[in-house]
Amino acid sequence: MINALRTETFEINMGPQHPSTHGVFRMVLTLDGETVVDVVPKMGYLHRGIEKLAEENTYVQGVTFTDRMDYLSPMTGNFPFVLAVEKLAGIEVPLRAQYLRIIAAELQRIASHLASIGFLGNDLGTWYSPLMYTLREREIILDLFEMLCGARMTPTYMRPGGVSQDLPEGFKDRCLLFFEKNMPRIMGEVPALLTDNEIVQMRLKNVGVLPAEKAIACSVSGPSLRGSGVKFDIRKAVPYNAYDQFEFDIPTGTKGDNFDRFVVRYEEIKQSMRIVRQALANLPAGPIMAPGITRNLRAPAGSEAFARTEASRGELSVYMASDGGVAPYRCKLRSPSFINLTALREMLLGSRVADVVVTLGTLDIVLGEVDR
Amino acid sequence: MEIKPPPGTRRLQPGELVDVRGNSLIMGDRKPLADVFGTLDELSVYGQNANLAYSAVNTIYNWCRRWSYWPSFFGLACCAIEMIAGGLGRYDISRFGAEMYRASPRQADLLIVSGTVTRKMAPAIMRVYDQMADPKFVMALGGCACMGGPFVGSYSVVMGVDQMIPVDVYIPGCPPRPEALLHGLMTLQERGDRGYLFKKEDQLLKGEA
Amino acid sequence: MSVDSLAEAINQAVRGAVVAKSTGNMPSVTIGAGRLVAVCNHLKSQMGFNYLSSITGVDYYDRFEVIYHLHAVPGSEQVCVKVVVNHDDPVVPSVFNVWQGADLQEREVYDLMGIRFSGHPNLTRILMWDEFEGHPLRKDFGMGNQAAWEQMPHMPQLET
Repeated sequence: MINALRTETFEINMGPQHPSTHGVFRMVLTLDGETVVDVVPKMGYLHRGIEKLAEENTYVQGVTFTDRMDYLSPMTGNFPFVLAVEKLAGIEVPLRAQYLRIIAAELQRIASHLASIGFLGNDLGTWYSPLMYTLREREIILDLFEMLCGARMTPTYMRPGGVSQDLPEGFKDRCLLFFEKNMPRIMGEVPALLTDNEIVQMRLKNVGVLPAEKAIACSVSGPSLRGSGVKFDIRKAVPYNAYDQFEFDIPTGTKGDNFDRFVVRYEEIKQSMRIVRQALANLPAGPIMAPGITRNLRAPAGSEAFARTEASRGELSVYMASDGGVAPYRCKLRSPSFINLTALREMLLGSRVADVVVTLGTLDIVLGEVDR
Repeated sequence: MEIKPPPGTRRLQPGELVDVRGNSLIMGDRKPLADVFGTLDELSVYGQNANLAYSAVNTIYNWCRRWSYWPSFFGLACCAIEMIAGGLGRYDISRFGAEMYRASPRQADLLIVSGTVTRKMAPAIMRVYDQMADPKFVMALGGCACMGGPFVGSYSVVMGVDQMIPVDVYIPGCPPRPEALLHGLMTLQERGDRGYLFKKEDQLLKGEA
Repeated sequence: MSVDSLAEAINQAVRGAVVAKSTGNMPSVTIGAGRLVAVCNHLKSQMGFNYLSSITGVDYYDRFEVIYHLHAVPGSEQVCVKVVVNHDDPVVPSVFNVWQGADLQEREVYDLMGIRFSGHPNLTRILMWDEFEGHPLRKDFGMGNQAAWEQMPHMPQLET
C-alpha cells in the first residue's frame, strides 16, 4: 500500500536570487518529498575575473581587489596578498606593522564571526532579530576601523611592506572600552538566546554531519574543519607575521554537526579578543612601513611565492609568480568558501529542505570569495 | 547579442561627465531635482484629466507610496552588506517605511541593485525586473551597478546595470555608506512624488514615449 | 623535511618520477604527468600528506604548469608538487581519487585555463556559463578577437 503511493523525485532550483543563500548562489536540489536526494551547486554568478585583473594592475593596486573578495572580512583578505608580495620581493616588514596587522585581522575576525552568527539566526527563521543584536557590535568594530584607516568595509589597510596608517590616539582606549563594555553583552546574549535555546539545539544538533576524515579529504578548512574535531589552524601550524609570539587556543568541536561549527565560531571570538589585548599591550614602537617601497614595486623575474593565512572562513592563500614587471604574472587566490563547498553534497544528502539552508549557513560561505 | 540601451537613454562616450539621461555628474553643475524629474504643474501632460479631484488623488497616492517603498532583496555583492546595515538598528531605513525587504520580486516595487552585475547573472536580473509590477523603480547602489566599479575591463562584468534596465537613482561609492543609501532613497522619494497615476503619463514625463 | 630527502623518498617509491626539485617557501618537486597519481598516492598514504591545499594552473607561453600544494594535517609539514605539460592540448591525470577536494579546483582550472584532467567524473565549466567559448585566464585570450571579450549568455525575452 505504501509502495502504491510511491512518487517520483522532483528537481527544484534554489536560484541565484534567494533570500537565504548568502548571495548569488544556485543549487539544484533533487527532492523525494522533503528529503534531499541530490544537490548540485552551481556558482559563478559573481565571477568578476579578479585573477585576470590582478595581472593587469600593479602589486599595490591589486590589494584593493582582495577587499572585495571576502566582503565580510576584508582585512583578512588583504593579508595573504601582501604577504605573498613581500615574499616575492624580499621585503622585511617592521615589527610594529606586523602587530598592527594582527590587531586589524583579529578585530575583523570578531566582526565576521558576529555577522555569521547573526545570519545563521536569519537562516533558522528568526527573521533578523539576532542579526540586529550581533551587527550592533559589528558596527562598533567598523567604527574602530574607520578611526584606524578611514573606511568601514573595504579598507585596503594592509599594503606591501606594512600598513597604511598608524594607530591614532585614543584607539587603544576605545578598543579596550569596547571589550569591557559592549562585548560582554553580546557574549552573554548569544548563549542565552541561541546556544542554550532548546529549539536551536534541536535544529542544529546532528544535522549536516561532516566526519573528520571526510573533512580533511574534501580540503575543508577553518571553523568548518575545526568543528569536525581536527585541531588545525594555520596560525599555529605554519605561523606567519609574528603570530608565534601570541598565546591563544584553538577551539574544536567533536561531532562535526551544525551546532559544533556554530559554537566554534563563538569561542573563536573570545580567542581573538585575547590576541588583540596582547597585541595592544605589547605594541612595539617603530615605523609602520618598510623603507623604499614605491608604487612601481617590482619583484625578481622567475620568483614565486605561496602565502597561507587563516582567514575568518578558512585557509586563504595566494600563489604569486612574477616576471619582473610591476604587475604579478599570475596571482591565484585560493579561497576557503569555494573549497568548503566540496563537502556540501556530503553534508546535505538525506536531510530535509529546511536543513539545507541552515547547513549552508553554518558552512558560512561568502560569494565574493567563492566566485572571485 | 547586442544589448540595447533602454529608451530615453544613450551610451556614454569615454570622458563624458554626464549620466545616461544627459544630467551633469559634476556636483556644482547639477540641475535642481525639479528640473531633472519634472515639475508637478505639467498641464500638457495631464491633458484632459486636469481637474482637482485627479490631482488630489494623485497627491495622496504619491504620498502614500513615498513612505512605503518595498525594496526587493537583491543583494549581489559587498554593497548588499551595506544595504543590510542600512536596514538594521543604527542606520534605520524603517523610518522611511522601507524596511519590508521582500524576497519575491512580485511583491516589491523598488529594485536596489547592490553589487557587481556579472554576465552570467544578467538573465536572472532581467527575469527579476520583469517579474516586478508597475510602477517599479530601480536604484543602482554602488560603483559596480553604476558603471562596473573597480572591475571595468573584466571579461565577465556588465559595465553598469543601466545597460540592461532603466535606472532611476545612482548611488556611487565603493561601498557607499548606509547614509548614502538613505540619501538615495530620499532622492527616489522626490522622484516618486512627481509620478502619475497612469503609466502613459509617467512615460511621457520620463521621455520614453 | 628537506627537499633532497623528499625527492629520494619519492624516487624510491615511484622509480624515476622526480624531474626537478627546488626550495623556496616549501620543498618543491617537479613530476612528469604520467607518474602524478602514483606519486600522490604515495605521498598521501605513506608520507601523511592527507590535505590538498590548492591546485593552481599557470600559463607560461610555451607550457602549462599545474602546481599542487599539500599539507600533513594536523601538523606542520607542507610540500609542493609541480607538473609541466605542453601548451597545445594539455592533459593531466586527475587526483580526484586521491583527494576528493580536487573536485571543484580541477573544474576551475579547466574552466579558466583549459587544462583537461583525465579521470575527473564531472569536468564541466564552473565559473563561466556553459556556452562560453575560450579560457579566460590564458595569456592569449581575446588577443585580436574582440568578440571573445563581449560574449553574453542567452538573455530572456521580456514582455513589454
